[in-house]
Amino acid sequence: MALTRRQRARAFRYGVYATSVAAVVAVALFVDWGKLSGALFQWDLVTEQFPEILTRAARNTLIFTVFGFIGGLGMGLLFALMRLSSVRPYRWFAATYIEIFRGIPLLVTLLLLGFGIPIATGWRWPNPYLQGVVPLSLVASAYMAETIRAGIEAVPRGQMEAARSLGMGYPRAMATIIIPQAFRIIVPPLTNELVLLIKDTSLISVLGVTDATKDLARFGRDGVNSSANATPLIVAGLVYLAMTLPLTQLVAWMERRTKAASR
Amino acid sequence: MNEPVVRISGLHKRFGDNHVLRGIDLEVSRGEVVCIIGPSGSGKSTLLRCVNMLETPTGGTVRVLEHELTDPDCDIDRARTRIGMVFQSFNLFPHMSVLDNICVAQRKVLGRSAEDSAARARQLLARVGLSEKEAAYPAQLSGGQQQRVAIARALAMDPAVMLFDEATSALDPELVGEVLGVMRALADEGMTMLVVTHEMGFAANVGSRVVFMDGGVVVESGPPAEVLGNPREERTRRFLASVRNH
Ligand SMILES: Nc1ncnc2c1ncn2[C@@H]1O[C@H](COP(=O)(O)OP(=O)(O)O)[C@@H](O)[C@H]1O
Ligand SMILES: [Mg+2]
Repeated sequence: MALTRRQRARAFRYGVYATSVAAVVAVALFVDWGKLSGALFQWDLVTEQFPEILTRAARNTLIFTVFGFIGGLGMGLLFALMRLSSVRPYRWFAATYIEIFRGIPLLVTLLLLGFGIPIATGWRWPNPYLQGVVPLSLVASAYMAETIRAGIEAVPRGQMEAARSLGMGYPRAMATIIIPQAFRIIVPPLTNELVLLIKDTSLISVLGVTDATKDLARFGRDGVNSSANATPLIVAGLVYLAMTLPLTQLVAWMERRTKAASR
Repeated sequence: MNEPVVRISGLHKRFGDNHVLRGIDLEVSRGEVVCIIGPSGSGKSTLLRCVNMLETPTGGTVRVLEHELTDPDCDIDRARTRIGMVFQSFNLFPHMSVLDNICVAQRKVLGRSAEDSAARARQLLARVGLSEKEAAYPAQLSGGQQQRVAIARALAMDPAVMLFDEATSALDPELVGEVLGVMRALADEGMTMLVVTHEMGFAANVGSRVVFMDGGVVVESGPPAEVLGNPREERTRRFLASVRNH
């Protein structure tokens, strides 16, 4: 007898459930749990990571993130405004910049700016933090520029017209009327970019960071090398989560509040 | 002599191949309320937007008081402080309270102090009957209340002329009256007004002159009783008949 659509959908769903349960059971049976947990999560190794993983590694990750974000936001705003400018060379320059830095992997940009330029010019980065923060914010600004531009374009045209008709010049109208509204609109994507940035700082360790500028990922990796156990990386991953999860929650709360205020 | 506040002559506006305004001549004297009527797409909004340079005319001149707006050397921002504009869609700033909506340009453009601008804002809110709403945000107001705040916001700049572009067209029918009432009071106080409207009653009772536009030209212009009651032009008659059938 032919099945109705709903019956077919239900049969398919049960099939998926059954397959998933079988897969989980198979993994549980064939994996040597004792060995695995010993290699991934050894309690004495966990405690050994503290407090240095927080006082040094997480602190450095935060420094790279915060300054990368501030730099990226400032330059991103500038490039967004240039892309929306009526001056063609500005538009052209910003569009080129954005395409280049979004199209090249962060790793390559880090190596080019961190090593390539010093090798080519003999110039030395005055500060190891700067060496990481500058490439990071250059790349971040390319992504944020597009986000900010989208936010500005999402503000209704009538807002600019109302501001201009009151005698505000274009820069003033942008600064007091358009950009504040645009930033409300782009809080969610901007936060996603902040979370991505936190994770992207893990690439900075390719610049051969010193002990003092060791970030979370590098700290975990060094821990793995010295202990021949994956526990330090697991702990580092948990610290990353401890940074990213509250952030996304905080923003979700801010969004709810903004919505309530503007209702 | 009653010299004109707004003087539009030989005004043309093209959007690409679309020749929207085809030579408009119009003067508005001090204290006059000129109502512009006409079918949709006839260029009424474009005309109004050319008066404060939200659209740049492709030909002709626009003068408001001593400002020759079509002159490339004109300080448009300064001229615009003398020209109030009220939009069909209100365009209040949603991220600011009612009071801040009315104060922001007073402070940032006219350089008034916080106290002076707030005092002026409260005075105007009282005039549009919304004193108790100064702390509210636009989204908490009805359309009619938002439009009255928008009128107060424009008036706060002490403009010499007010432009209204279908100020009541986006409103629920029961809210039209409160906005028209504010506009009428403004007219009674002697404000110079250029009003694009579909409210024939307002044009008939408040207008000092009615201008009928069609196809980017002024077809007919004169006292409301003549243009609305006994139009000379066939096109005007057809338009009025179509409006009255609704
Ligand atoms: N920004 C614009 N770009 C291109 N065409 C426009 C623009 N604004 C108005 N138009 C055109 O100009 C004509 C007149 O529009 P409008 O002035 O809004 O008429 P009305 O207000 O009388 O209904 C329409 O054909 C419209 O499509
Ligand atoms: Mg219109």
